[in-house]
Amino acid sequence: MTSNAIWISFVTIFRREVRRFTRIWPQTLVPPVITMSLYFVIFGALIGSRIGEMGGFTYMEFVVPGLIMMAVITNSYSNVVSSFYSAKFQRSVEELLVSPTPNWVVMAGYVLGGVARGLIVGFVVTLIALFFTDLSVQHVGITVAIVFLTAVLFSLAGFINAIFANSFDDISIIPTFVLTPLTYLGGVFYSIGLLSPFWQGLSKLNPVLYMVNAFRYGVLGVSDINVAWAFVGVVVFIALLFGWGLHLMSHGKRLRH
Amino acid sequence: MTAALSISNLQKTYDNGFQALKGISFDVQPGDFFALLGPNGAGKSTTIGIICSLVRKTGGSVSIFGIDIDKDFPAAKQMLGVVPQEFNFSQFEKVYDIVCTQGGFYGMPRALAEERTEKYLKQLGLWDKRSTQARMLSGGMKRRLMIARALIHEPKLLILDEPTAGVDIELRRSMWTFLEEINRQGTTIILTTHYLEEAESLCRNIAIIDKGEIVENTSIKSLLKTLNKEVFILDVRDPLSDCPDLGDFDGRLRDEHSLEVTIEKGQSLNALFSRLGEQGVAVVSMRNRANRLEELFVSLLAEGQKTEGEKS
Repeated sequence: MTSNAIWISFVTIFRREVRRFTRIWPQTLVPPVITMSLYFVIFGALIGSRIGEMGGFTYMEFVVPGLIMMAVITNSYSNVVSSFYSAKFQRSVEELLVSPTPNWVVMAGYVLGGVARGLIVGFVVTLIALFFTDLSVQHVGITVAIVFLTAVLFSLAGFINAIFANSFDDISIIPTFVLTPLTYLGGVFYSIGLLSPFWQGLSKLNPVLYMVNAFRYGVLGVSDINVAWAFVGVVVFIALLFGWGLHLMSHGKRLRH
Repeated sequence: MTAALSISNLQKTYDNGFQALKGISFDVQPGDFFALLGPNGAGKSTTIGIICSLVRKTGGSVSIFGIDIDKDFPAAKQMLGVVPQEFNFSQFEKVYDIVCTQGGFYGMPRALAEERTEKYLKQLGLWDKRSTQARMLSGGMKRRLMIARALIHEPKLLILDEPTAGVDIELRRSMWTFLEEINRQGTTIILTTHYLEEAESLCRNIAIIDKGEIVENTSIKSLLKTLNKEVFILDVRDPLSDCPDLGDFDGRLRDEHSLEVTIEKGQSLNALFSRLGEQGVAVVSMRNRANRLEELFVSLLAEGQKTEGEKS
C-alpha cells in the first residue's frame, strides 16, 4: 500500500470507531459523566468538606485531576476492548484482515478511537468539575502529554485484552479485577504521603499512581512521585504493549485459523 | 498467460492434527468462471481462507495474478474480493457505511468509495436500504451486501463461498445474471456452491475436492461428456397400474403418473418413446431426476470412497 492509501485506511478505521461510540452515546459517553459527577458531589462536596486539605489543596481540588484521569483510563480501555472484541465476535474483523491494511495501522486506528473516547469523556468531566471548583492548569504541556499518553497506553491494553478474549466475560475480567483496584489505589482519592512507608513502597509499584500524579502535577503543580519517571514508565509500557499487540496480530493465532 | 489463481501443493493441518488439505494444486485462468465443489468438510472453505489470509497454510504456495502471497500479500489482496459463507459484517452498522468503509480499508479516497458504494448498492438492489442497519436485512439482502462490499475495490479475482445459500429461486437467478455480467466485464470468478445446477449453468471449469484432495479438475463440458448414463422422470398422461415393458431400458414405476428410466450412453430416447407409444403410454413431460453434474459429483465421490475402502 502507498503511504496515502495507508493514511486513508487509518482514517477510515478511526472514523468508524468514533462513529461507533457516538452512535451509542447513551452507553458510552453519558454513564461515565454521571458516575464522575456523583464522585464530585459525594467525595468532593459532601465528604470532602469534612476531610479538609490534602497536599495543600482543598479535597475537591485534590480529587478532581485523579477523577478526570480515572475517566480517561476506564473509557480508553473499555472502548477498544469492547469494540475490537465485538468485531471478533461478529467476525467483522475479517473485513480488515482480508484487506491490505497493515496490522500496525489496524492497531493504531483502534487505539486512536479509544484515545478519542477517553479524551472526550475526560473533557466533559473537566467541564463538570468546573461547577464544583476552579481549575487553573499549572503545566499545560505536561497535562496534555500525560493524559494523551495514558489514553494511548490503556487503549493498547484494551486491544490486547480483546485479542485474548474468547467471551464477553473475558473483556470484563481485567477492568473489574485489575484496572479498578489499580485506579482506586493509584492515588486518585488520597496522597500516598498519608500511608505508612511499607504501603507507600507498595503503592509505587502501581503504574496508575505515576500517571495520576503526573496529571495532578500538570494541573495543581504537586506530585507524590518524580514526574519524569511517570513519562519514562508510560512510554516504555506503550512500546512494550504495541510490540506485543503487533506480535499477536501478525502471529494471528486468536484472529486467524 | 499468468494464472488468476495458482495453487500448488497446498497443505493445511489444524492444531488438532486434522489434515484439511493434503497438497492440492490447480490453476484458474483469467476471465474464467470456475467452480470449486465438494461435500461439507472437503476443504473448500479452508482453501478460500488461505487465499484471503484468514487461514494459515502449513505448506505449498498460492499466487494471485502471479503475486506469491508469501512475498507480497498486500499486493495480492488488492486484486482479491471475497464473499464468505458466513455473514461477517457489523450487524449494527448501516448498509452504506459497511460498503463505503471497506473501500477505505483498501486505501480508496472517500469520494471514489462513495461513488462505487452507490454504483454497487444500486446494481444489487440495495440502494433503498442504504440507511438500514445490516441486522434488519433479509438473508438474501445480507448476501448481496457482502457481494457489494467485496466489489468495492473492483477486484480482478472474486471468490464467492456459497453466495446463494438460503436465497430464494428468483433472487438466486438475479444474482446469477449479475455475476455473469461482471464475469463478462473481465472479473475472474471462483464459486463454491451446493447447488450444482448453479455451477453447471454458470461455470466453465471445475475442481472437485474431497477429503482435502482434488478428485477432478477439468472443464464442465469435458466432465459432462464422461456421464455414462442419465436418469429421467417421465410424466404420463393416463394413470398406470404396472410398469410398461421397457425392453433394454432400465426403469421402474415411481407412482401411477410417472416413470423413472435410466438411459445408457448410446441408447436412444426415440426408441424409448416408440416403445411406450406402442403400449399406449403417452408421455406429457420429462426431466432429469437430478442435475447432470450432480450425478457425476455423486459418482466421483462414491468412487473416491470405494478406492479408500479398498486401500484400507
